[in-house]
Parts: sequence; C-alpha cells; structure tokens
Amino acid sequence: MSSLRNSFRSGPDERGHFGMFGGRFVAETLMPLILDLEKAYADAKGDAAFQRDMARYRKDYIGRPSPLYFAERLTEHLREISAASGGAGGAKIYLKREELNHTGSHKVNNVLGQILVARRMGKKRIIAETGAGQHGVATATLCARFGLDCVVYMGAVDVARQEPNVIRMEMLGAKVVPVQSGTRTLKDAMNEALRDWVTNVHDTFYCIGTVAGPHPYPMMVRDFQSIIGEETRWQMQEVEGRLPDSLIACIGGGSNAMGLFHPFLDESSVEIFGVEAAGHGLDKQHAASLTGGRPGVLHGNRTYLLMDGDGQIEDAHSISAGLDYPGIGPEHSWLHETGRVTYLSATDEEALGAFQLLSRLEGIIPALESAHAIARVIELAPRRSKDHLMVVNLSGRGDKDVPQVGDILKGRKK
Amino acid sequence: MTTRIDTRFAELRKQGRSAFVTFLMAGDPDPATSLAIIRALPKAGADIIEIGMPFTDPMADGPAVQAAGRRALDAGMTLTGTLRMIGEFRKDDDSTPVVLMGYYNPVYIYGVEKFLDDARAAGVDGLIVVDLPPEEDSELCIPAMKAGLNFIRLATPTTDDKRLPAVLANTSGFVYYVSITGITGSAAADSTAVGAAVGRIKRHTSLPVCVGFGIRTPDAARGIAERSDGAVVGSALVDALSASLDAEGKATSGTVQAVASLAAALAEGVRSARQAAD
Repeated sequence: MSSLRNSFRSGPDERGHFGMFGGRFVAETLMPLILDLEKAYADAKGDAAFQRDMARYRKDYIGRPSPLYFAERLTEHLREISAASGGAGGAKIYLKREELNHTGSHKVNNVLGQILVARRMGKKRIIAETGAGQHGVATATLCARFGLDCVVYMGAVDVARQEPNVIRMEMLGAKVVPVQSGTRTLKDAMNEALRDWVTNVHDTFYCIGTVAGPHPYPMMVRDFQSIIGEETRWQMQEVEGRLPDSLIACIGGGSNAMGLFHPFLDESSVEIFGVEAAGHGLDKQHAASLTGGRPGVLHGNRTYLLMDGDGQIEDAHSISAGLDYPGIGPEHSWLHETGRVTYLSATDEEALGAFQLLSRLEGIIPALESAHAIARVIELAPRRSKDHLMVVNLSGRGDKDVPQVGDILKGRKK
Repeated sequence: MTTRIDTRFAELRKQGRSAFVTFLMAGDPDPATSLAIIRALPKAGADIIEIGMPFTDPMADGPAVQAAGRRALDAGMTLTGTLRMIGEFRKDDDSTPVVLMGYYNPVYIYGVEKFLDDARAAGVDGLIVVDLPPEEDSELCIPAMKAGLNFIRLATPTTDDKRLPAVLANTSGFVYYVSITGITGSAAADSTAVGAAVGRIKRHTSLPVCVGFGIRTPDAARGIAERSDGAVVGSALVDALSASLDAEGKATSGTVQAVASLAAALAEGVRSARQAAD
C-alpha cells in the first residue's frame, strides 16, 4: 500500500468527515455561510499574501516561534522518583512554551488566522464562545488590533471563576455576555454563540475556539494550530538532532493537542498522548468524552459526547473551565478509534498537584488546563528511559487561575 | 405514497384556505397535560400538529422553546415517551397530521431504523430535524422517505436561488419557510417580504409552503395565511402555556384551556384570510 493511503494526515474528506466523525450538522440558515467560509479559507490558504500576513503577525505580534524549553528540574525530579522505586528511567522533558504567546495561550494562533479570513470576507462583527476566557481574550485582542466589533459568550459559572479574563476582554473593548442557560459553562456559551450567529448571519463571523463545530472549522483550526507541531519538529531537530519520542497535551475541544500532534501523526516512532479532564473521577462527574462518552451529534459535528441513554447531553465537570465541555473535536474521535493517539485523563486533584509542582520546580505557573498534561507526564516520564525525548504542550499560563487555586489552597489550610 | 399531510393539504385546497400549524413541546409541562393539550388542538382548529422532541441543547430555539424543553425533560419526557404520546393521540384521531420536530442527537442515539419503525407505528407523518441540512441527507432524510415519512425541510432568507434546488430536492409534505434569520420566538415576520419569499420558493416547487417564526397574533397569522399555504405558530402557544403554570412551573386547571383558547383565536385568524391569488 502507498504511504499516502496510510496517512493519518489526509483528512477530512470533502464533506468534512474524519472516518465517521465530523460533518456539517447545522441549521439551514447557517449552511450558505459555512459553504462561503469553506471557499474563503481555501482561497486564503492558496494566497501568498495571506501566508505572508500570517507569518508577519505570528512573528511580530504573537511572538513566535515559542521556545522549546528543556525542563531540567522537572526532569531531575522525575528521575529521582524513578530511582527511588529502583528504576533508572526518567525521560528528558521539553515544554513547548505556548504560554509565552501574546495573550498567554495557544488560542491566539487560531484567532489570528480566523480574523484574517474574516477580513477577507468583509465581516465587521466577530462573535466567539469561551470557557476559561483564553479564546475570548485572544479574540478580543485581535478584534482590537483590526478594529472589529467583538461579542464573547461565556457561561455565567465561568465568568465567576475566571474573572481576570473577563476584565481583560472588557478592557480590550469586547462585550462579554454571561450565558445563563443550561449548565452555564462552555457548552451553553457555544449554544448562545450559534443563536447569535443564526440571527446576525449577514455581517457576523463566528470565530470558533477549538477543533470542533461544523466543517470546515475542525480542519481550519487544526491548520492554524499546526504551527505548534511544525516548530517543535525543527526545534527538536536543532537541539537533539532527531524527532521527539513522545508528545503529550491536554484536551478539552482539543486544539492545542491537535496543533502539536498533527505534524507528527505519520511518524510511527512518536508516541502520542492526549489528556482529558477526569474531574472528580471517571466514575463521578468529569469531562472525559472519549473515555466516558460515545458518538453523537452536537454543535455541528459527530463526535464523542457525554450523554444519557436518551441522547440528552450531560453536564461535564472539570476544575478547569477550558476543559469543561462534554464533547471533543471530531478528528480526535477518529484518532482515538484508529488507535493512533492514546487518550488518558487526569483528575482535578492531579491537575492541582501538577500546577503546584511545575510552579515550584520550573518557576512556570501553568494554566489548570495544561496542568492536566503535566499530571500525566509525572506518571509517564519515570517509566521511560533517560534518552527518551518527551514534549509536553504548555498551552497556557496560569495567571488567570491564581485567584481560584489560591482560594482552594487557602480553604485547605483552615 | 400519500401521507396524512398530503391528504390534509388536498382538503384545504378544496376549501380554498391555508393551514394553521401549531407547535408545542412533547411533555411540556408534564406528559399527561401535554397529551391533553395535543388532543384539544384539532378541535381548536389546528390543521397540522408539530410536536417538539425535547433536547438539552436546542441551538436554534429562543428562550420560550428552550424553557419548554427543560420543563419536559425535568418532567421525565424521553423520545420513547414522545412516540408513546403520539400513539395515544392517534387512538382518537386518525386524520390530523403529526410532525415531529427537533434535533438529531436523540434520534441518532435511539437508532435511525428503530426510530423510523416506531414513529410510523405511532402515527407520525413527517419529520423536521433542524440540524440536518441537505448535505447530511444520507443520515435520516433518505431513510425516512423510504420508510414513508415526509422529511420537511426548512428554507430560510439565506437560502438563495442557487441553493433552493438542493434544499427542495428531497423535501416532501411541505416546505417550512423560516421567515427571519434568527431563533424561534424572536422578531416578527414582515408579511410583504414573506409573500415575496414564498413566491420565490413556489417557482421551484409544487409543494405547499408554510411559514413560521415570529407569528404571534391572529392578525399576523391572517397576514401570513394570505401569502402562503400555512402559518406555523410555536413560541406564542408555548408562552400561553407557560403563563398558565403555577409558581413551581406545574400545570394548573387552566393550562389546557389557555393553549386551546389562543389556538382557536389564531385558527380564526387563518380562516379569515382572503384566498391567496395563485
């Protein structure tokens, strides 16, 4: 068989399917827009001027490339753990420093691309959904930069637990709408954004924050985030002279993970791990759609979802607002079923532990989302040999989580 | 295959009038009251009954229909329960067409083949599934047609002449024209613009064209009925139901009558419409 036919990187097909996942499950009102967007994105992709703009803003506005940093003390710490249990392992851990991007997370990579596409389409009003607020902040930032109106939908629960980001968005000139329907988290913010879009189709561009939604969003967002993996590839070549041996990233919708993974999917020597949020535990309330859900249709695509036996969507739970979503991008569902990527999970407690460990050992306060990936690194790295090169995507910084984590830790001291 | 929907429109054509189409959520505010309301609708003048399949995440619905779905789910309504309710309704009424309306996930999880079998057996005539555009016809539309159920498509102001043929290709029963870009229960439809849009759709199809979204009063229903083959009223009926509930959101002795009275007034509006000059 040809290597092309065996590729994990050839999806989606022309109808937006990754295997049985993906598709375009939207109301008729939105369908013409989605077809327009598909065309506009294809045009942009093939336009040298668009690519030049992307490269320029990535470098001078976002601050790319983001460093690939050898986490020496974390590596040493996990080697000691391995030695304490009689082992000689402890992978060499590199952090892909997406938290150093302008606005503090990987989200800006995607927003830059979508805003440049929106401008080509002549759209003047941008809407977005946000969970932790990172995508909302990135969207508000680029709307400020390009003089576009910006409305961000955010679940009322998330507005309360991620207040620093709400203030940032408002300072940047965005209107933040707290969503009171449903569970008042990310899923409901997305419902409300879709309701806005269907009402204001004529002038509004929906800037989706993750690799989910109707085609072409999962593909387009993946393409914009793939810069993470592309850089990792040449950076690792530069420092170690070879490919990494494993990749790890946290997953809510899954855009930071897809961005890191995609350029490596056809490198069979590279182990790939996605980490979902196990919340209070997989037998309790959690947000691990692949581990605890099954295929269904929501928000424009077929993918793994948390739901009851009647097809009603269930409430997700995670300490991290950015992972608190009952679904996952359709390409992840496909990579799960094909077995190319191994999907693990980490609980709220494990993420809190990893959050503190990385802060103390490396002087880097990670986002609670990214801390889920670190939590699995703590377990996986000691079981790998010392010449194993492990890359973890540090997708966001934890400034926004400082008040929330501070309150939790203070509560425990009492 | 002739369905109750085809038969009903043939009768209405003979009478020279448009259809009055009602929408209410199955199981709102509880399964027993919901069945009593649906039973009262034909007598109140409903020509076609649309019944919502409750879903946790109704992306195209406004606050009224969202709340109706929430009440129904809280009262224990399921898709199985919805089909059972239609079966009960059919025991006394074998002529009023029933159309199920909702979102795909509950149907997908129920299983498409089993759903179509059970829906037919219960006496369902047609389906409207908001998040299944023609691009996804292989999911449910084609199997439903094969099973003898009408698959009723939504056309919207954004569905231009280039796209209309694709939207109409596998549509049967009637075409549901969504008169505004937006969610259910929001802005009012402008009847002149609606007339132009209905004319545009009719140049592409011989199917009846019903119009919904934004119709709240008997006058508005008459205006729409004069320019189309049917007026669909949903959120206004749901609001009347909601206003009749007690402080805990439970049905009162006035709930069935509140919905039936508004339905009767709206039906009167539709029946008073001048015959469309087509």
